[in-house]
Amino acid sequence: MKPAAFDYNKPADLAAALHALSGDAKPIAGGQSLTPMLNLRLARPAALVDIRRQADLLKISEAPDAIRYGAALPHAAFEDGAVPDGTNGMMRHVAGGIAYRAVRNRGTIGGSIAHADPAADWISALLALDARVIVQGAKGETAWPLDRFMLGGFTTVLEAGDLITGVSVPRLSPSARWAYYKICRKTGEFAKAIGAVVSDPDRGVFRIVCGAIEVTPILLEARSVEAALAEIDSRLADHAPAARQLYKTAMRRALEGLGETSA
Amino acid sequence: MASTVVEGEGIGARVRRKEDARHLMGRGRFVGDIQIQGLQEVAFLRSPIAHGHIRSLAKPQGQEAAVFFWSDMASAVTPIITRSTMPGYKLSSYHPLAHEKVRYVGEALAMCVAASRAEAEDLTEAVTFDIEELPAVTDSEAGKAADSALVHEEWGDNLCLVTNFDSGIDEVAKTAPVKVVREYRTARQCMHPMEGKGLVAYWDFQADQLVVITSTQVPHLIRTGLSECLGLDQSRLRVSPPDVGGGFGYKCLLQPEEVAVAWLAMTRKGAYRWVEDRREHLTAGANARQHHYKVTAYADERGRLLGLDAEINVDIGAYSVWPFSACLEAAQAGGNLPGPYDFRAYRARTYSVATNKPPFAPYRGVARPGVCFAIELTIDAIARAVGRDPADVRAENLVQAAQMPYTNVTNKHYDSGDYPGSLAKAREMIGLAAIRERQKGREPDGRRIGVGFSTYTEQSAHGTKVFAAWGLPLVPGFEQATVKLLADGTLEVRAGIHTIGQGLETTLAQVANQALGIPLKDIAVKLGDTASTPYSTGAYASRGMVMAGGAVSKSATELAGRVKRLAAHLMQCKPEDVDFRQGRIHAGEASLSFADIGKAWYLRPETLPEDIDTNGLEVTQGYKPDVDSGVFSYATHAALVAVDPDTGMVEILDYVIVEDCGQMVNPMIVEGQAYGGAAQGIGTALFEESPYDSSGQPLASTLIDYLLPGPTELPGFRIGHMETLSPYSAHGIKGVGEGGAIAPAGAIVNAINDALQELGAEIGQIPATPERILNAIFAAQPKQAAE
Ligand SMILES: Cc1cc2nc3c(=O)[nH]c(=O)nc-3n(C[C@H](O)[C@H](O)[C@H](O)COP(=O)(O)OP(=O)(O)OC[C@H]3O[C@@H](n4cnc5c(N)ncnc54)[C@H](O)[C@@H]3O)c2cc1C
Repeated sequence: MKPAAFDYNKPADLAAALHALSGDAKPIAGGQSLTPMLNLRLARPAALVDIRRQADLLKISEAPDAIRYGAALPHAAFEDGAVPDGTNGMMRHVAGGIAYRAVRNRGTIGGSIAHADPAADWISALLALDARVIVQGAKGETAWPLDRFMLGGFTTVLEAGDLITGVSVPRLSPSARWAYYKICRKTGEFAKAIGAVVSDPDRGVFRIVCGAIEVTPILLEARSVEAALAEIDSRLADHAPAARQLYKTAMRRALEGLGETSA
Repeated sequence: MASTVVEGEGIGARVRRKEDARHLMGRGRFVGDIQIQGLQEVAFLRSPIAHGHIRSLAKPQGQEAAVFFWSDMASAVTPIITRSTMPGYKLSSYHPLAHEKVRYVGEALAMCVAASRAEAEDLTEAVTFDIEELPAVTDSEAGKAADSALVHEEWGDNLCLVTNFDSGIDEVAKTAPVKVVREYRTARQCMHPMEGKGLVAYWDFQADQLVVITSTQVPHLIRTGLSECLGLDQSRLRVSPPDVGGGFGYKCLLQPEEVAVAWLAMTRKGAYRWVEDRREHLTAGANARQHHYKVTAYADERGRLLGLDAEINVDIGAYSVWPFSACLEAAQAGGNLPGPYDFRAYRARTYSVATNKPPFAPYRGVARPGVCFAIELTIDAIARAVGRDPADVRAENLVQAAQMPYTNVTNKHYDSGDYPGSLAKAREMIGLAAIRERQKGREPDGRRIGVGFSTYTEQSAHGTKVFAAWGLPLVPGFEQATVKLLADGTLEVRAGIHTIGQGLETTLAQVANQALGIPLKDIAVKLGDTASTPYSTGAYASRGMVMAGGAVSKSATELAGRVKRLAAHLMQCKPEDVDFRQGRIHAGEASLSFADIGKAWYLRPETLPEDIDTNGLEVTQGYKPDVDSGVFSYATHAALVAVDPDTGMVEILDYVIVEDCGQMVNPMIVEGQAYGGAAQGIGTALFEESPYDSSGQPLASTLIDYLLPGPTELPGFRIGHMETLSPYSAHGIKGVGEGGAIAPAGAIVNAINDALQELGAEIGQIPATPERILNAIFAAQPKQAAE
């Protein structure tokens, strides 16, 4: 389990990084997903472009309606409250539940989104938050909603040479509430089922996400517990009953935790 | 029987482990740490196909000298063939590199050598091959069918061994008022020592011998095995084990990679290393534990077990491992299923079925985690059938203390102990009465709680006749140890058994200290190297403390006599008047240090009397227990669990172990063994599984898919001790290495079924995953609705 040979470079700035990525190269951020893929030789780029310490990718910019986080910020920065929060604590909570601390120290929000593991926490949480993934590429900068950025399990709109530079997360109203319920078999494991809910009546927002299915998490149309469970039953009809039970339980507990069932 | 605090550093003292300092400082010396000039790294190309004929195999151009196939070694190497005297046992030839056929995904096809492991792996990718795929056998039940594909065509079927035991059960079957029928399945597991398998082999020109530094539990056996496979004289073969990062049975085998790499070093006269990685361990390493039981139990109205009828299938994989064979498991399963229970009607048929999976190897507890799971669930099922508390039914069925020593229906001779006593104590510690009260109410979080017990016996230090009866090619013999007082009064202890993390460097020193009083800091324990230690079959079957401990005790006692005679001369008194206290030698007012004795013997022999015993201060003695059918440790484990009926998730709320391993040499180490074993048992109960698809592809090839319990999944164990000395062994010691791993699946699944009882659901398969628990609840729901 050793990687095939690759070149390694650490460009001085973002422009150089984007340039370096134009060939058969892959960005490496925290390496928490990519390194195992390299070792299993499932990923065999000719070169790695290290973006973990790119100043441009560690920046945070605050606007009145959203906060934009640099892609290379590690999960731990969110967990520790080292970055500003506009989600009434939701991002901090989600970050603290990813894997275990050693992984959170290195793993980045951008890397997690780029990797697009359907069971990843940021994927579901950021979909519930209606965040935008900012992608810089040959065609300039594009801001993608998560469920359009992700094309399926481990596949995204990213093309060779593209880089996620940041995530823009809308600020919730002070009265907004959220819930995040993750079922996993042991600490540090990826989720078996995720229920993520953001309720922000002042902004007319009520988003329910059923995540950790094999594909892109789904945004439910339902507005009540019963409707959400029925929707999961019908939209995930091809799943085994035990699996569906987990999605429904995660969803029910998330919605019950929110303490309200309609927007 | 309560354990008391023992002063000093001898037997029974809670002293810290001597070996921990180097491990905690990262200064151990494992296979991966070894540096030798010119050391080359080896990687194996492994079959991606479970079953097939090798049509072609070609080396990359220009790299022929760095790539090896079976054809390169065929003239010099004999495949691993494990013989057995069991009637009907079928032989398999396990080639270090595949020959003609591949029989499991992961079987080595080629060995590649380069300066680094990554480059060696590059070479494996450059080898081309063509394998014509055959249908794979992936299930023991299907493998028994007449139309099944054959793993070994020459066998005519897939049955490596079938055994039958019948003490006569027909009468009980006809008349018993209660009959309970169940089916149980245990998962295929990998053992996961923290350090995988690995070795360095090189030719030592000075000694003119092959040196094999291998991560093994059985260095002296590996010398025998390699010598047979390589046709190399044992006198030209040294096996020198480094620090070993856990074994659990996995490192009890002669591995094909060991033969292949040793052959390289022998023929190329260079230095080579192979280190197993986690993926190889998960997909190519020897597997364990997969049993399938069909059990019918007969009982009276109070749940007294009258008879047991069982069919046991073991999925043994593709080849028979050396030396323990693929059939030790089934033989042990059939022999041990009756467990700690007192009944006389027993029938068991066992089938060792070959499949296209990695070979099967005995894992900590050998067959007992499976049989304990099966019998313990059966006891609870009987209790439910007669409407009594399983703890009461279990207590009445156990062999009672007054019956000891007790020979059971399969002729196991239980030497001593109070099995119901351990259950009673566990029952009290877990608080059964309070739990039963609590169960009458509802849990505030909607979960359901349940309690389960599991009692087992652990045959340890099985003697020669026991192993011979299992038909093994190699029977473990008696054990020898050397103790040597050096000129400065420090002591060297040497034994051929190896330390694999179980604390032998400390406990053997404690045994020596008991006889001589020399402080532990002045005792150096050297283990395993065939160049410097007496022959030992090694560390397995919980035999180390009993056998090597017995040998050290005997040698140290003999040395103590010689020291006393020398001291008596120097102090001008009688040997009987000499005793050891506070690390010194006393006679009345006079006193000497051990250094005085060492100096007199080694440096000033002219001062010694004419008739001095010239055997000196180095003693090698052998040991065998008075009755060598094995000494039986036992324990009861009790688990309190909460089951979430909406998710099928299980949390262990409390876990109690009440164990009796006779004389504890070091209670802290006993507890460590119990906790570590129980942690592995919890993996067996709730997490670990290596599934295969119908074409024989392993579905768990990384630790994302193969779940190991971590610290957050483990309960804070609570332990109680009993110390019933064995009448047969030195100091009354019984083995303790494996026991912890045996009971958890039984206790935990009994607890789960206790929690699910109101829902009418029951599971009989491990690991008890959320999915299995939910499916059991779903299956029970229509029934509930009808009620
Ligand atoms: C043991 C373990 C447990 C885990 N458990 C969880 C869990 O419970 N929940 C969870 O959500 N995650 C979990 N993870 C994944 C973890 O969160 C990773 O950190 C994350 O998935 C990837 O982030 P990274 O920065 O390490 O990315 P890397 O591994 O460096 O890269 C991953 C992929 O993204 C690409 N990439 C990285 N950054 C960018 C960028 N800015 N633009 C474009 N492409 C980019 C890389 O080229 C690569 O293809 C776990 C990981 C481990 C090792």
